[in-house]
Order: sequence, then structure tokens, then C-alpha cells
Amino acid sequence: MTHPPTDPPHTHPPANPQPEARTEARTDPPAEARTEARTDPPAETRTEALRVENIAKRFGALTALRDVNLHLHKGEVLGLIGDNGAGKSTLIKIICGFHRPDRGRILLDGHEIVLRSVEHARTIGIDTVYQDLALINELSVYHNMFLNREHIRWPLLNNRRMRRLAQQQLDDMGVDIADVTTEVAKLSGGQRQAIAVARSVYSDARILLLDEPLAAMGAKEGTLILDLITDLKTRGDVSIIIIAHNYAQVLQVCDRVNVLQHGTITFDKPTTHTSQQELTDLMVAEYRTRRTNRTTNRHR
Amino acid sequence: MSETITPTGAGAGSAAGAVEPPRGGWGGPARRWLRGAGEAFLRRREASVLLVALGLLVYFQASTPIFLTSDNLRNIAQATGPTAIVAVGMVFLLVSGEIDVSVGMVAALAPYLMHYAIDFYAVPAIPAIGLALAIAAGIGWVNGFISIRLRVPSFVTTLGMFYLLYGVLLTTSHAYPVAIPEATKGTLQTWLGAADWASLIWCLLIVGIFHLVLTQTRWGLHTISVGGNPLGATEAGIRAGRIKTGNFMIASVLGAFAGLLEAFRINSIDPNIGGGTRITFTAIAAAVIGGTALAGGSGTVIGALFGMLVLAELQNGFNLLGISANSFFLIQGIAILVSMIANQYLSRLRRAGRT
Repeated sequence: MTHPPTDPPHTHPPANPQPEARTEARTDPPAEARTEARTDPPAETRTEALRVENIAKRFGALTALRDVNLHLHKGEVLGLIGDNGAGKSTLIKIICGFHRPDRGRILLDGHEIVLRSVEHARTIGIDTVYQDLALINELSVYHNMFLNREHIRWPLLNNRRMRRLAQQQLDDMGVDIADVTTEVAKLSGGQRQAIAVARSVYSDARILLLDEPLAAMGAKEGTLILDLITDLKTRGDVSIIIIAHNYAQVLQVCDRVNVLQHGTITFDKPTTHTSQQELTDLMVAEYRTRRTNRTTNRHR
Repeated sequence: MSETITPTGAGAGSAAGAVEPPRGGWGGPARRWLRGAGEAFLRRREASVLLVALGLLVYFQASTPIFLTSDNLRNIAQATGPTAIVAVGMVFLLVSGEIDVSVGMVAALAPYLMHYAIDFYAVPAIPAIGLALAIAAGIGWVNGFISIRLRVPSFVTTLGMFYLLYGVLLTTSHAYPVAIPEATKGTLQTWLGAADWASLIWCLLIVGIFHLVLTQTRWGLHTISVGGNPLGATEAGIRAGRIKTGNFMIASVLGAFAGLLEAFRINSIDPNIGGGTRITFTAIAAAVIGGTALAGGSGTVIGALFGMLVLAELQNGFNLLGISANSFFLIQGIAILVSMIANQYLSRLRRAGRT
């Protein structure tokens, strides 16, 4: 089954019915929403959490994104794959408010939004785990976990509260860090990654963007993150986009896969309808065509 | 400081050494213990600078009995106070990854601004002081704007600003010192520097407040973040430009305040206060000796105070011992180099402690 674009609710902007539908969805008891999400097949009936339309972005002479259309259902985990330089990170950085698109629009719960900054995106529920983790080596684990979201007892930081919450959240996730006052610089790559993920998971985000969350992971820590994502999926109130290179992991944890090539989405299928082989073939085919075209056409 | 992970390399020495002290002999354990102790000592950088300050105090007192008299302590306090205030602002800038070499010129200009406002425009004393501080804040903002928005490295920006302000100062003052305005004489002057311990009290107050700001507030945390990992901090939604510009403004205002204190203390407004670059460089030296990294991300306000105390003690002690003031610079140079080498060594240790 291919993915028929669900009738986009944003095309008719009358303000009235929209907020109503939204409040309805919000006030729904979570248990009910959960069963609904599980029993229903994907697509049509599920509400759309995020929609990206005709996004384009250039950096000087370099066209990072040509025309990207993408949607994400509520509670869905979408895998985004593509070659290095295909524009995955740029797309993520547009959705999280870091870059501004040159063209196109972003809809959150059917409403068009213009993201002014990362801070703004965070306040409306879009949070990101960056490839470089965005951790501050000089600060402690708990200060990193509450970076730019600090608990304040004006005018000072509420360190005690942040310490307690950080320890609690890490313990809940099963991340083994004995002392949250440790400087992040002293931790292993996997521990750092786990902290970055934990930070976003506990930010009450509705849309979670994970840019290569498994890159620096050992087998044990990778499993921890995958379990965490699966856990979030069953809870069903967070929608997730994951950028990954490992197709097996993508197929294991995602509901649907999108492939980004030459700055546009070229492939969109539920994971149940595709295979590791198909994805690999697709990427290799792209490489082949690019090689033949190299002299005439320079895509990045 | 607890080590949660089993460190390899240099870190292992400290962990193992701290638990089991050596049982005699100069074998591996003893050396490891020494290394561990050295590391722990270096980790509290304020503590090590304080030890140096105390050591100097003992040495100078042993050499000359007048070192610890109240008159001489006042001299040391007056030498420490204003420059330590400048050093506080410098710490904030250095921690956020920037530098300001114009701040000494702001210190020289601020008393003139007050004098112009009072004597030429008949502004009352307190608003005139406020105006001088506000203009200093504006200078800091311009430094920030040029460094952040126009992306000129802050060393170059503030070097330009240094000469620009020097030009403004010399042309408007015709390079002549002037007297403190009548309107500020009396209580105001006493409070703002003329009283014996005024500058030290102001200095301790400012150090206390800004120590809290750096370690216990969002502003401090974000200052460390933008200096430690500029990209990461931005990705986390911290407005790096705003933080840095704010720190430029803090540095300038503290510089202006130090200049005012100094003018009130010496009872004259002098275009060559601190010899132009002297205040700036002494403040940077104090910050660096106090353990602030020039690369950004770490530093302490209290360390800068101790660093300044060390420099003031050295200068004062040398005077008392009758050693030529010229060789003081030799010592200051060595002090900066030694503390920078220690700093470098420390950060290498830290990196090694990471697995």
C-alpha cells in the first residue's frame, strides 16, 4: 500500500473547526488514544502531527534542499535515510528552528507555523537530539540535561531540584550514571548520547527529532536507545523522526521510511512494505546514476 | 569530585592513588600518588592561587615587618580593588570566549564623561555617574555588535575601540588632568573610593555578586556554555550573541566603575590612569593567573580576585624590599607564563581523564 496523501486539513483555513478538533484530541483520555492508535491501520484516520511542504534551502551556491514534502502522524516513528550530504541534517535543522527555509511551509497539528528560533520550536513542542549532541563538556550532567530549560528559584538556579530530577530521569531510562554532578567531559561516548536523548525525551516534546542517535553507541547502549524509542512509541504521544544509517535498526524501530535524495523525498513506504534489500538497492542505484551524471551535473 | 567510570591513563593515577596512599619507597605507587595529589590540587584552581597569595604574604612578612601593618594592607587593597573589578568583567568575557582590550580605556574615559556631564552640562552628580556607566554599557554593546554581528574577532574589535576611545579621550580632555567635580565631593566621593577601604569593599561586593552570577544563575551557565561549546549552545537554543554582547557590556560597565573609583581615590581625573593599557593587561593577567582559560568555557571570579591579590602583593612587596619596580614585570611575566602552562597541563589531564 502506498501512502495516499491524506487530505491536508490546512487547505481550508477557517479557524473555527480546527482548534476544536485539536482540543478534542488533547482532552481524549490517553488510554483511549492508545488503543485507537494500535488497532487502526496507519494513515487516513490518524491525525497528522507534522507536515512539511515544498521546503527549499540554499547555502550560497549549494542547494541543500530542493523541494521536500514530508508528513508525520501522531505517535509515529519515521525513519529518514539518505546519503551523506543528501540534506537530512539540513531538513532536521529547519524543522527544529535552527535554519529558516527559503521556501515552503511547516504545519504543526494542521496549523502553519513560522519558527523564529530553536527556543521557539522548543516551546511549541519540537525538540532535537543533534548529531553533535550539543552537550557542554564543562558543565555537569544535570546542568546539561536542563540546558536552556533550567529550573529557577529566582534569581538563582534551583540546582537541588534539577539534580534530583536528572537522576530520577536517568534511572527511569536505565542509563547508568552514578553521579549527575559529574562533568560531561568525563563520560563515555554512549553515556553522552544517552544524556542527550534523555534530555529531549523529558522535555515534554510532541515532535522529537533524532539526528543519528545511534552513531556513537556500543551494542548495549544502542539497544538502550532503541528500547527507549520503542517505549515512547507505545506511549503514543510523541511523534519521532529518526535519521539513521543502519537500515536494520530503521526497520526494527520505525513505522515508515522516507528516503531523501538530491534534496527531495524520493521514497515513502511503511516499514512493513519494504526491506533492507530494497533500501540498499535504492541507495546504490542513486550512487550509480550520480556517477554517470557526475561530469554534467553536480548534486550535493 | 567522584569518578563514576573507571578512568584510564592519568585519571587512574588519581583514583587509585587517592584510595591507597603509598607505603614508603619511591616506586610506582608513590609517584602515582604524587601525581594524583597534584591533580587534585590543580583542580581547585582558586585554592592553588590562594596558596600562592598566602605564601607570598608569609614570605614578605618574614622579609619586612611592615608588610602586614594596616597602612600597607590598605595599599595592597587599593592596588587590588579596582583592577580586580575590571578582572571580574574580563572573566565573564573570557569564559564566553571573547576578550576586551579596550576596557582600560573605558576606565580612563568614564571619569571624564562624568566630569563633562557635571561641569559642562550641569547634570547632578548621581545621574552623571549613571550616565558615564550607561555610555560604558553602550561602548560594550558596540564591541559586541561588531564582534558578533559583523564577525570581527573581538581582540581586533576592541583593539580598534581602544585607540578610538584614546583619541576621544585625548581630544576632548586636551590630555590634561582635571579636578574631581565639586558636586561629587563629600559623601559621594568618600563612598565611591576615597575612603580607605572603599575600593576593596566595592571589589568584594562585586566579586561576591558576580561569583554567584557565574555559578548559580542561568546567565552564568549560558556564559560557560557559549564559551565551552558555541555550536552546541546555539543548538540548545541559547542566544550566544545576546550572552556575549551582555558580557561585553558587563565588562565595560565594570571597567567604567573601576575608573570612577580610582579617580575618586586619587582625587583627580587623569587621562593616563593606569598608563593606558596597564589596567587591561593586569586584569587579563589576574584572570589568567586565577585559572580562567583564554579559550573559553571555564574560569572563576574568585580566582581572578586572588590572581589580582598575588600581583598586588608582588608589586607592593618588591617596593618594600627595595627591589627595582622594573623587575616586577619580570615576575608578572613569569607568573602569567607559569599559570598558563599549568592551565594547559590541567586541561590535558582533564582530556586524558575522559574515556
